[in-house]
Amino acid sequence: MAAGAVAITRGMRWPGGIAAGLVLALTLGTLGAVAWRAGFALRLGPADWAAIRFTVWQAALSALASVVLAIPVARALARRRFPGRAALVTLLGAPFILPVIVAVIGLIGVFGRGGILNDALGLAGLGPVSVYGWHGVVLAHVFFNLPLAVRLILQGWLSIPAERFRLAASLGAPVGRLLEGPMLRAVAPGAFAVIFLICLTSFAVALTLGGGPRATTVELAIYQAVRFDFDLGRAAMLAVVQFALCAAAALGLRAAGAPEALGAGLDRVVEHHAPGGRVIDALAVTLAALFLMTPLAMILGRGLPGLAELPGGLWPAAARSVAVALGATALTLVMALALALRGGALARLSMLLPLAASGLVMGTGLFVLLHPFVSPREVALLVTMLVNAVMALPFAARVIAPAVAQAEAGHGRLADSLGLQGLARLRWLILPRIRRPLGFAAGLTAALSMGDLGVIALFAGDGQATLPLLMVRLMSAYRMEQAAGVALVLLAISLALFWIFDRGGRVDAAA
Amino acid sequence: MLRLEGLEIRQGDFALSADWALSDGTICAVMGPSGGGKSTLLAAIAGFLAPDGGRVSWNGRDLTGLSPAQRPISILFQDNNLFPHLTIERNLALGIDPKGRLDAGRRDRIAKVLERVGLRGMEGRRPAALSGGQQSRAALARVLLMDRPLVLLDEPFAALGPGLRMEMLDLARTVLAGEGRTLLMVSHDPEDAARIASDIVLVDARRAEPPKPAGPLLADPPLALRAYLGR
Repeated sequence: MAAGAVAITRGMRWPGGIAAGLVLALTLGTLGAVAWRAGFALRLGPADWAAIRFTVWQAALSALASVVLAIPVARALARRRFPGRAALVTLLGAPFILPVIVAVIGLIGVFGRGGILNDALGLAGLGPVSVYGWHGVVLAHVFFNLPLAVRLILQGWLSIPAERFRLAASLGAPVGRLLEGPMLRAVAPGAFAVIFLICLTSFAVALTLGGGPRATTVELAIYQAVRFDFDLGRAAMLAVVQFALCAAAALGLRAAGAPEALGAGLDRVVEHHAPGGRVIDALAVTLAALFLMTPLAMILGRGLPGLAELPGGLWPAAARSVAVALGATALTLVMALALALRGGALARLSMLLPLAASGLVMGTGLFVLLHPFVSPREVALLVTMLVNAVMALPFAARVIAPAVAQAEAGHGRLADSLGLQGLARLRWLILPRIRRPLGFAAGLTAALSMGDLGVIALFAGDGQATLPLLMVRLMSAYRMEQAAGVALVLLAISLALFWIFDRGGRVDAAA
Repeated sequence: MLRLEGLEIRQGDFALSADWALSDGTICAVMGPSGGGKSTLLAAIAGFLAPDGGRVSWNGRDLTGLSPAQRPISILFQDNNLFPHLTIERNLALGIDPKGRLDAGRRDRIAKVLERVGLRGMEGRRPAALSGGQQSRAALARVLLMDRPLVLLDEPFAALGPGLRMEMLDLARTVLAGEGRTLLMVSHDPEDAARIASDIVLVDARRAEPPKPAGPLLADPPLALRAYLGR
């Protein structure tokens, strides 16, 4: 079998090797440190088992609710054209870069004690509902993941060729049983598995809306063990459990077929030949839009008054957040590019592994490793940047790697014939051809890192809060108005960073 | 002299062998049915495919282990012969030096070559701002700057209209072959071959035949070529 010419040394392989090493060290290496600290003995107490049960149960319920509720919404978007449809589809992509803690403020504004839902219930003479507890955790997870589920399932609908709809219509066959049922059976398990995995690693939602014996996730339990009990052995043991859970879920995701989450081209509408269903479609779209947009509006509604009394320490915290986000972005892009150029099984593994890792586990591992040498507080921001960079890697790599492959497929032979290697190949072929995806990936990473509340909560001392951590501190002091003001600032900076990077990739990008 | 010694290429069910030499300064057309392996033969000579057996040599020097850029060969593909994101000057500069450095001397060389192919003053344009024919000329200009003794043309002018294609073939003959280079070009059209080629390699039935003089071959085609030409 003829192979590609052996003498072609296309790109540099060693930077990808270093990136893979860093990913492995931060995921498996920290896990090893944690396991070593735990003495490799799993002695799970009743509270630990409760946390494990709750983690799995809430993730399953959140994923199931997201997928089931997404089906009618996706069907309506697939077969109806209406004013605002494009805006709604765009909105469905927004939660990905919306900081979790900011969304929580919006959800509290709607479903919380003084929220508009309880106001309405009060007028109707009904008792107040609480957003705190397991149902609040699930509610927030559905808020975040319903849009993702809708996008994934909508993609499934739009992937059914128009000819099949025509054929079914001409045969008078039931479209649902013939086309849509099989499509859903193919797409829904993947969507469920993705959301299940995302909800397994939930920390910020559990920290703010959950807690207590009945709504503590494993991640939250790790945090409490480190932060409050300083019980590194228990934290380590829980970290091993968390990694095992995530790894099992990631394997399940592979079995279910990982769906394409960031795909474009959702502006089409499928041909629809069967009459009826207009009312139910309108209802699904309206309810979904209300469910998504009301909390977003509340972020503005609660945040704008809060801007009048922003707390001290806001701007230093903002500066720290931006610095961490920019550092993480640079590191993630370099790693993603290096891995994409290297290719091969090790690179692919490194691009996926962080999905199964959790920021808290990495943080705990680094805590265990660094504790004897430096005070973790001294390196809090550096560690946060490193962990954020690795956590964002799968998303950035998923955008960048196909673009690199496309540049190579289109012009790799030309570059080979000219002898473009190493940095010259990067400069003259790869970088100019991947500007747009690179900008988009940078925007994603910066926004994800800005909004991250994970490892920083584990490490930070008093003078080291980032914006999300500052918000949590204000919320736990019941200064909700100030927290809402900070939320608005955080949201503005996140969106601005995303916009600047994404825009930077588009401006003057030659075809 | 280009020499293919017991060259064997296998890709799944596909196989191709070649065992012949081509003397210097020849313009040779490679003809045969689609899927017969014309492009594969060129890819193996250029170094994009490692052969399963045999070797490719140039003036007695074995090329088999060398990367495409290390071979005394330049090649033009069916498309993507220019980087669309770079100016013509930058594209041509990469033909002089893969690091893409430009200085006054190089700019001067590029300007002169552009003038030879009829693209005077087009340095600052991107390929998209040129017509198809002009893009072909720019690609030819880069081949001239690379100045390799063997030039492979894998139908780079196929997308042009017949008139423009003839024009480009004439240009290729004058500027490339005129300086003593050897040209090996894939061709679908006996007219192309008759116009500029002195020899023809027929690729059919898993074999690239040794080059034969074009005139007699086209005047009295063997069975395989006759079937292909539809006569």
